[in-house]
Amino acid sequence: MTVSFESVPTPARDSGLVRVWREFAESRVALAALACVVALFALALAAPWIAPQNPYDLAQLSILDNKLPPGSQSIDGMTYWLGTDDQGRDLVSAILYGLRLSLFVAATATALALAIGAAAGTIAAYFGGIVDAAIMRVVDIQLSFPAILIALTLLAILGKGVDKVVIALVLVQWAYYARTIRGSALVERRREYIEAARVLALSPARIMFRHLLPNAFPPLIVVATVQVAHAISLEATLSFLGVGVPITEPSLGLLIANGYGYMLSGLYWIAFYPGVALLAAILAINLVGDRLADIMNPRLKR
Amino acid sequence: MPSLLAIDGLKVQFPLRDGIVRAVDGVSLAVDAGEVLGLVGESGSGKSVTGFAVLGLVDPPGRIAAGTIRFRGADLIGRPEAELRRMRGRDIAMVFQDPLMTLNPVLRIDTQMTEAITAHERVSARAARARARDALAAVGIASPDARLFAYPHQLSGGMRQRVAIAIALLHRPALVIADEPTTALDVTIQSQIVAQMQALCADAGTALIWITHDLALISGFADRVAVMYAGRIVEQGPVGAVLSAPLHPYTRGLIGSLLGGGAPGAPLAQIPGLPPSPMNLPPGCAFAPRCPRADATCATAPDNTAHPGGRMVRCWHPHAALETVA
Repeated sequence: MTVSFESVPTPARDSGLVRVWREFAESRVALAALACVVALFALALAAPWIAPQNPYDLAQLSILDNKLPPGSQSIDGMTYWLGTDDQGRDLVSAILYGLRLSLFVAATATALALAIGAAAGTIAAYFGGIVDAAIMRVVDIQLSFPAILIALTLLAILGKGVDKVVIALVLVQWAYYARTIRGSALVERRREYIEAARVLALSPARIMFRHLLPNAFPPLIVVATVQVAHAISLEATLSFLGVGVPITEPSLGLLIANGYGYMLSGLYWIAFYPGVALLAAILAINLVGDRLADIMNPRLKR
Repeated sequence: MPSLLAIDGLKVQFPLRDGIVRAVDGVSLAVDAGEVLGLVGESGSGKSVTGFAVLGLVDPPGRIAAGTIRFRGADLIGRPEAELRRMRGRDIAMVFQDPLMTLNPVLRIDTQMTEAITAHERVSARAARARARDALAAVGIASPDARLFAYPHQLSGGMRQRVAIAIALLHRPALVIADEPTTALDVTIQSQIVAQMQALCADAGTALIWITHDLALISGFADRVAVMYAGRIVEQGPVGAVLSAPLHPYTRGLIGSLLGGGAPGAPLAQIPGLPPSPMNLPPGCAFAPRCPRADATCATAPDNTAHPGGRMVRCWHPHAALETVA
């Protein structure tokens, strides 16, 4: 009962990921930035094994070694390549551990905010009407306050702690994702495959999260990359202002705050090197995000 | 015996800020089990909206303002969403115009097919996959096992439409609504798909509503044809009679607009003017402003009048049934 066969086309086309990678690699700056991001994440992950000392373990610190300039020897013969801070902490170790904390906080907060924001935005776009209006007005209100103000207020209420910083960052960031994905999901919502899925009587949850969300997701990749950098700087700001992570587990922002007081006395390295690490992390992530944005934006295609 | 599907006086309206769009304005039609009905009309005449109304998928702000849609004798309008969902895909299925758009680009064919099966039946993943495979083979897809693992973009247009048809027929529905399923395809593929669909529906006793603007296509395989204009059915009847001796001036105009009718080089026949905006339909016959036969009587809307041979027409001045198209 078959009528005839069509010739079988070759499915040998680049998968999306391969294409994205090839276009990404066309920019040397972006490649360098990506290498930098990977290196920073590797250093952060490996911090407990490669750091010369554990800066959280007060027993390892010697207060006699405090505020030594870069390249000094400790009393037991170890070299402080980037000097020490006012507690006698080796700055190389402190930066590695601080980077680890900063990246962990930023990555966790971004992942959680992404999940919440993407779900909220997809639900808003799928149901429309009152549901959409309600969710998006919350987003609007959220976005009308400066992020730092919301975070400061929250931390003033919640108190210090890594978990609380993560909560504050999630609450500040989810709205960006919700708004971004709602835009693209509204476009996808009108596509026939959503209508087709409804004709097949798939459940709304399945249509939203299996069909709508994956198709509306790509713009979020760019937003998420940039938001990681944003989260790092926000966390650093909060810690610098003294409402972020506790002093016993310094992040990059807290290290900078620590050294800030000594800048004018010539002890530049306490704040400077953590600052360089922070700058490198944010810059590299932003460059990667920009490149991704260029690739994903069809209007910039040559 | 009552019809499988009987639509009576269906009105679908979309209230917008500047007025009410009357997309479907009093459609009545019936489809018997196993019958093929061609629903013909220009873009915006309300064909597709009629199809969506049958499935209960008129999205807000659109609403069904009046009429009944009886499927197997029971009215579907106002039924709870859960009941309609149990019916969708299992009793009434749909095939869409653009096969590239109706398959989800990020999911593999097997995923999309098995989820269509498990939406209505509790079967194991393995059994669902086996059925998906058989369904692909039944619509004439070569090496269905390999195609199961393909993504939609790896398939050609005709192949994608075959997959869409396979999905629509998975549950052996009593009625399939096909919304211009071949418009996006090459003519050669088009005829293959039509033949395939015809054979499959005849096998399963599935009734088919084939929405299209292509009269030539319909003439080949529909049992009956209904011509829509501005939200109303202006003429319906057996396909041979309607196409060879149309009663309504609009049907006559449509057939006259087909290419190949006149002498080479002669100007092509066309219907003057544009269809009325569905936001302000003329009070009388919607076709009157463009109709060569219109006069003062056409200011009031004509009713459906029955003609011999199971034909209906909605016109004050129908052509005689014996007048064949020149």
